[in-house]
Amino acid sequence: MTVTDALAAGEAPVREAGLWSDAWRQLRRNPLFLGPAVVIVVFTVMAVAPGLFTRADPRACDLSHSLLRPRAGHWFGYDLQGCDYYARVIHGARVSMTIGIATVAGTAAVAVVLGTLAGFYGGLVDTLIARVTDVWFALPTFLGAIVVLSVLGGNGLPQLTLVLVLFGWPTMTRLMRSAVLVVRDMEYVTAARALGAGDVRLMVRHVLPNALAPVIVYGAIRVGIVIAAEATLSFLGLGLQLPAISWGLMIAGAQPRLLSAPHLLLFPGLFLSVTVLAFVLLGDALRDAFDPRLR
Amino acid sequence: MPSIPASAELPEPVLSVRDLVVEFPTTDGVVSAVNGVGFDLAAGETLAILGESGSGKSVTAQAVMGLIERPGRVVGGSVVFGGADLLAASDEDRRRVRGSGLAMVFQDPLSALNPVWSVGFQIGEVFRVHRGASRKEARRRAVELLERVRIPAAAQRVGEYPHQFSGGMRQRVMIAMALALDPRVLIADEPTTALDVTVQAQILELLDDLRAETGMGLLLITHDLGVVAETADRVAVMYAGRVVETGPTDAVLVAPAHPYTEGLLASVPRGQSGREERLRPIAGAPPSLARIPSGCPFHPRCPYVVDRCRAERPPLEGTGRAAACWRSDEVGRGRR
Repeated sequence: MTVTDALAAGEAPVREAGLWSDAWRQLRRNPLFLGPAVVIVVFTVMAVAPGLFTRADPRACDLSHSLLRPRAGHWFGYDLQGCDYYARVIHGARVSMTIGIATVAGTAAVAVVLGTLAGFYGGLVDTLIARVTDVWFALPTFLGAIVVLSVLGGNGLPQLTLVLVLFGWPTMTRLMRSAVLVVRDMEYVTAARALGAGDVRLMVRHVLPNALAPVIVYGAIRVGIVIAAEATLSFLGLGLQLPAISWGLMIAGAQPRLLSAPHLLLFPGLFLSVTVLAFVLLGDALRDAFDPRLR
Repeated sequence: MPSIPASAELPEPVLSVRDLVVEFPTTDGVVSAVNGVGFDLAAGETLAILGESGSGKSVTAQAVMGLIERPGRVVGGSVVFGGADLLAASDEDRRRVRGSGLAMVFQDPLSALNPVWSVGFQIGEVFRVHRGASRKEARRRAVELLERVRIPAAAQRVGEYPHQFSGGMRQRVMIAMALALDPRVLIADEPTTALDVTVQAQILELLDDLRAETGMGLLLITHDLGVVAETADRVAVMYAGRVVETGPTDAVLVAPAHPYTEGLLASVPRGQSGREERLRPIAGAPPSLARIPSGCPFHPRCPYVVDRCRAERPPLEGTGRAAACWRSDEVGRGRR
């Protein structure tokens, strides 16, 4: 828009933006977003292509190197089996990132569909979904996860993801529902209806884009929580089992030798904490960017 | 501006509403926000529905558009458009009529436009919904419409977002959306209430020009007597969910036949220079819809009240020139 156009329209020139581009404009200058974003990109690349970070094979182990401390060329030392610990920690990123992202994607899919239907239609649909959510919400996550995992038998990535989605969807569904309840009553939804838009179009075009921000924010934080939950379950022996490579398993293996070989705990613990922190900070930055009151 | 002669012989109406009743359940019991409203709207005509907040005028508009949401309910009457009663039509048929046959402009254009889409996209959406237009075609039509509602530099502004427009320009965008498919009836619900006074006149003029150009019927919902006087051919005055007086604007405003209309006129400054003027507000307050007085709903506030008014509700006879008042012959006599 040129200045003359603006004057012709009788208003001051304003920046060109909508809700999403406004948020992006704010985010790309925010170090609290850029920092975590870079960390997450690095860990994602690590998960997809660990070969870029290490040539060593995490499963090529030599018992003569068992529990050796960090040294030149092997900066993270060796584990009990004499495997290169740096290679193992790098390869552990894949499990954490996969489970974090897959679980949150699955949870969000359930939450967005159920939350939108409940919030948009209200009435019986809402009552039904809200009550099921409440009942499910009352189930204790870890206890429930332990029971289901022990029933499922196999403790691979798919089972862990399933369990974490199973016990994670109610919170996000509630969040989505309440956001939709607010947006549904906006006048632009009524206006679109007055112009002949059907229910599906109203939900997809008008309700979702305006109600999605809280779920995205919570989703980012949730990735961190889920990664920690996988580590916890694996540590407790209910998640992945050896010979899988995961930070949780490494921390579990480090526990009995905490004093003699502290590097076994230090490195996977550090990677885990940094990953979780990055997602939580990213969520915070997203929340600030989507909340116009904080601008 | 009024041009339709003061007679009951109007051309075939495009929109005909009869005995419309809309109920809302509240903690005080079920209230009738609209209670037997009826009117006809002819092609090319402007009918103003005049009333205070709570008189049921906006609910009437929503009911005509089929936008009454739960727990509200249209419990009676008919809304005949294009030869069919919309209240009896299927949801899908009603949806198709909205936007293409009947369109609506809302009070606050900022909240009635979606903040996340450009105005061009939102206008184009109407073509995609009803005509299955491609994105490119929809955008081209959007530019045409923005030009038609006289938005300067339409081709540049089509990609901008609602918050980048001034209030008056936003209302033009809303009007462009409503006019996209050449509806036969446009309902404007307080279209100028949220706007600056200087902009109000421009928007009213635009609506009037577009009505004259397209021959659509314009149903103007307002609480503003000035807007009625300036724009409307005919007026229906609403009180407590009913039409209490109707007729050609000139006739109603010059010689009101209902004490409520008379009271409204007396409470507006005339702005005649050199004359000291006292405004005379209507005594009392509009009734709660949960406790509408017996007989004539206006009787507790009425200076003409007689016993009959408390017992029997006066009917509104016909849609030409009528007032629902037992003493309408006496109303206006002795006025200064």
